[in-house]
Amino acid sequence: MSELLQQIINGISLGSIYALIALGYTMVYGVLRFINFPHGDAFMVGAFVGYYAAPRIVPLVGGSLLIAGPITLLLSMLVCSALGVTIEKLAYRPLRPRPKLTILITAIGISLFLEFGGQLVFGPDPKSFPTLLPSAVIINTPNLVLRSTPVIVIATTVGLMLLLRFIVMKTKLGTAMRAVSYNQSAASLMGINIDTVISFTFVLGSSLAAAAGILYGSLYPSINPLMGVFPGLKAFISAVLGGIGNIPGAAIGGFIIGLIETFVTGYLSPTYRDAIAFGILILILLFKPSGILGRAESEKV
Amino acid sequence: MQPLPLDSYLNRFSTAIRACLGLHPLVALCGILLLAGCGGGGGDNTIQIGEYSSLTGTAATFGTSTHKGATLVMQETNASGGVLGKQIKLLTEDTQSKPEEAATVVTKLITRDGVKAVVGEVASGRTLAAAPICQSNGVPMITPSSTNPKVTQVGDYIFRVCFTDDFQGDVIARFVHNSLNLKRAAILKDVKNEYSVGLAHYFAQSFKQMGGEVVVEQAYSEGDNDFKAQLTAIKAADPEIIIVPGYYNEAALIVKQGRELNIKVPFMGGDGWDSAKLLEIGGASMEGTYYANHYSTSDPRPVVQNFVKKFHEKYNETPDAIAALSYDAVSILMDAIRRAGSTDGPKLRDAIAATKDFDGVSGTITIDNNRNASKSAVVLASGPDDRQE
Amino acid sequence: MGVHATKVVLLAAIAISFIVSLFQSQINPYFLQIIIYIGINIILATSLNLINGYAGQFSLGHAGFMALGGYTGAVVSTTLGATPGGSSAVIILPLALVLGGIVAALAGLLVGIPSLRLRGDYLAITTLGFGEIIRVVIQNLDFLGGARGFTGIPKLTNFFWVFSVVSITVFVISNLVNSSYGKGFLAVRDDEIAAQAMGINTTKYKVVAFVTGAFFAGVAGGLYAHFVSYINPQQFSFIRSIEIVVMVIVGGMGNTPGVIIAAALLTILPEALRPIAEYRMVIYSLSLVIIMITRPQGLFGRELSLRSLLGRLRKQAMPV
Repeated sequence: MSELLQQIINGISLGSIYALIALGYTMVYGVLRFINFPHGDAFMVGAFVGYYAAPRIVPLVGGSLLIAGPITLLLSMLVCSALGVTIEKLAYRPLRPRPKLTILITAIGISLFLEFGGQLVFGPDPKSFPTLLPSAVIINTPNLVLRSTPVIVIATTVGLMLLLRFIVMKTKLGTAMRAVSYNQSAASLMGINIDTVISFTFVLGSSLAAAAGILYGSLYPSINPLMGVFPGLKAFISAVLGGIGNIPGAAIGGFIIGLIETFVTGYLSPTYRDAIAFGILILILLFKPSGILGRAESEKV
Repeated sequence: MQPLPLDSYLNRFSTAIRACLGLHPLVALCGILLLAGCGGGGGDNTIQIGEYSSLTGTAATFGTSTHKGATLVMQETNASGGVLGKQIKLLTEDTQSKPEEAATVVTKLITRDGVKAVVGEVASGRTLAAAPICQSNGVPMITPSSTNPKVTQVGDYIFRVCFTDDFQGDVIARFVHNSLNLKRAAILKDVKNEYSVGLAHYFAQSFKQMGGEVVVEQAYSEGDNDFKAQLTAIKAADPEIIIVPGYYNEAALIVKQGRELNIKVPFMGGDGWDSAKLLEIGGASMEGTYYANHYSTSDPRPVVQNFVKKFHEKYNETPDAIAALSYDAVSILMDAIRRAGSTDGPKLRDAIAATKDFDGVSGTITIDNNRNASKSAVVLASGPDDRQE
Repeated sequence: MGVHATKVVLLAAIAISFIVSLFQSQINPYFLQIIIYIGINIILATSLNLINGYAGQFSLGHAGFMALGGYTGAVVSTTLGATPGGSSAVIILPLALVLGGIVAALAGLLVGIPSLRLRGDYLAITTLGFGEIIRVVIQNLDFLGGARGFTGIPKLTNFFWVFSVVSITVFVISNLVNSSYGKGFLAVRDDEIAAQAMGINTTKYKVVAFVTGAFFAGVAGGLYAHFVSYINPQQFSFIRSIEIVVMVIVGGMGNTPGVIIAAALLTILPEALRPIAEYRMVIYSLSLVIIMITRPQGLFGRELSLRSLLGRLRKQAMPV
């Protein structure tokens, strides 16, 4: 029984990271209708900003993690936003009127560029991520352990999800984003500045990636330039599972994938773990392509 | 609008190609053959040694270490007047951590650059891809750290200076069974990594022969960072020790997460654990862990201390076992060239094969009849006190 | 060019492959190796071009088909005990290649089915998933060596086999798409709904594209396995699929000559960049992005549009 409980905790904790990255995928997909492949790499950059910044920030604020943590997070969000907006301006914007496939290939190119560039700049070896979150023990029995780090990660994920939903549903920019998502040319005719809205989308998406990077580093304190590849793919699958473009869907999808992976590993066959997420993806796409919370869209003729 | 010259050029090109659709590859071939100059070969006063290692890609940290060790020998040798009156030139090629690249670069090193001997690779998969090429070209190859037994079975030009996985698996099994006196082991291996799968296999084989029991076997994939599901399942099987025959990055995270799950039993791994990063990432959790290794930096032998000191001077870091093995591989090669008095393939091969009681950093090395290094392994415990077996 | 004429070209190409292979020992092995890789990549890229370029189904799973062909071929030739240079190789290698192709084609059929419902990004990610699943399954099969890989595959692939297969692949795919039957592929690509309304069986075309493309990828995998003589699942990860996609994109989707040139160029480019090894993947990825931005139709564009573009250019007599 305690093993089962422990596995549920493990699954939710893993899922919260997928959920957090998935939010970023879903944001960009929701507005622009394409897979922003470099999102997983922006997540990596976010973690590295934390790695380099935290040891310099912590002494400045007198060693208080409570102050240093949020400052590092903000800095990382800032750097990643700048990166995201630059990528969008230089690489995606010129391609906007072109076929989606062109943008997809470009996205793959940028993703590879960040991975190999990261190996050059940061070095290929794994780095030990500094402690930014307090690691207190909440439940501690011989067979059931719950620490504060995953709880903070889960709380942040849920908090960011609610914040994001608020921005998209209740603010003026959010309304503009939805308009652009629905019909770009109509939105532009209504006086919406498409470029601004898209840049803002990338700021949001990249900030989420940065936050995920910092939290991931705190949860699994070993970061490297290729760390974004698999979490990125699995988060994307989570976003599709939840219904891509749908914010609560992405979070739910992340938690589900995390739980399924944990249970398959723990109780069935760990060697097939890599294939599970893809298997789920294929089944979802075949039987309910709109995902759990997404709405089915009919093709325009 | 595209500029005209490019398109008209392309048009001519593509018309020509369309006219001979099936022939095109041959057209390309002729182009390449024309471009192909003759190979380098090096001047009269240098001996060229090829090195192929994973400088980029997933195994980049290992390749970088290998390269540092090899470079150090080369510089020392050249500073002391070279070999046979000639300077040593180390030609290094990157395999990007891919086997097919290993095959390509070794072909290039041998047939284009004309290297006399080849050193590499860290991972057995890539060494296995390159070894047949060295063998068929009659160029001796020494691998510093490929522990898969199959590597030296490729042929009589392929050598290694490290021990093999079956030996290492046996060392770990004996240490667990005899020294720690533990009989119930769990295994957590990396299924994506041929080294880990092999070592797990040989450990289990030896351990069962000794009367030990493998209570549960779990797996992960290189690049995973979350191992709590596996560890929770392992914990439920209640082992006395957990064997993690993978690389240091995952191993450190595994131990750390294991401790977070209140797993108190010891963890043990192989030479893949050897890195300063192990402690850096794992921190205090690494208390109560062991790993088999090629050498220990605290070994008082002068050759070891001298190497550690020089390495530190040059790179400002403590050498890991792979750097030490690469240092030994190139040193043995230098020694063999001196003894052979020539860089001629068969003579050099025989000289390497005759290596006996070589005082290497990673131990006293004798090349046996199967072209493997017969030497001892050490078992290191986390913390200041190293124990030797 | 009529089918008859292309047949002559095909036979001539095979004959020349044979003649050149007689002089194989004269070629520096490093260059020969690159040439063989070029040939294998041409097969992979032109077969993917059928799926991605002509039928417009974006697939990222080509490495998976290649893996199936490679492993099947390796099992066949090691079971039958072929040796390099032995006379039995003349029968065993084609058998291994064809069986590898058939297994891959069956998988292509399986992957083709989701393509009936999915398009664009979704299809891309699904095929990527299929490729990864194939890799994970092979990794778990002990009789194939698992993660430790398959060793001791006889080195049977040589210049003749590779370029004969290149010629056959190009011949089959060109004839397929240039036939009146083949116009259906383009119709599916350009406007699936309109094609359906015109009574074209879009399902059949998509499946034919996947099965044919997968078959040749499987054959290429077999050639590859019998050239490197050691394969492991890691060699067929989705990065490999992406590399093949890049060849198709750079060459211009649906432009066979363009794709052939791109496959050759992109095989040579990393070799040319070898002296700056640490930077070459960065340069490679950056050039991909730049090509996409400056020439998204590929360096050579679509065959038809290139011709019409040039026609327009000539008419307007643009100043140089």
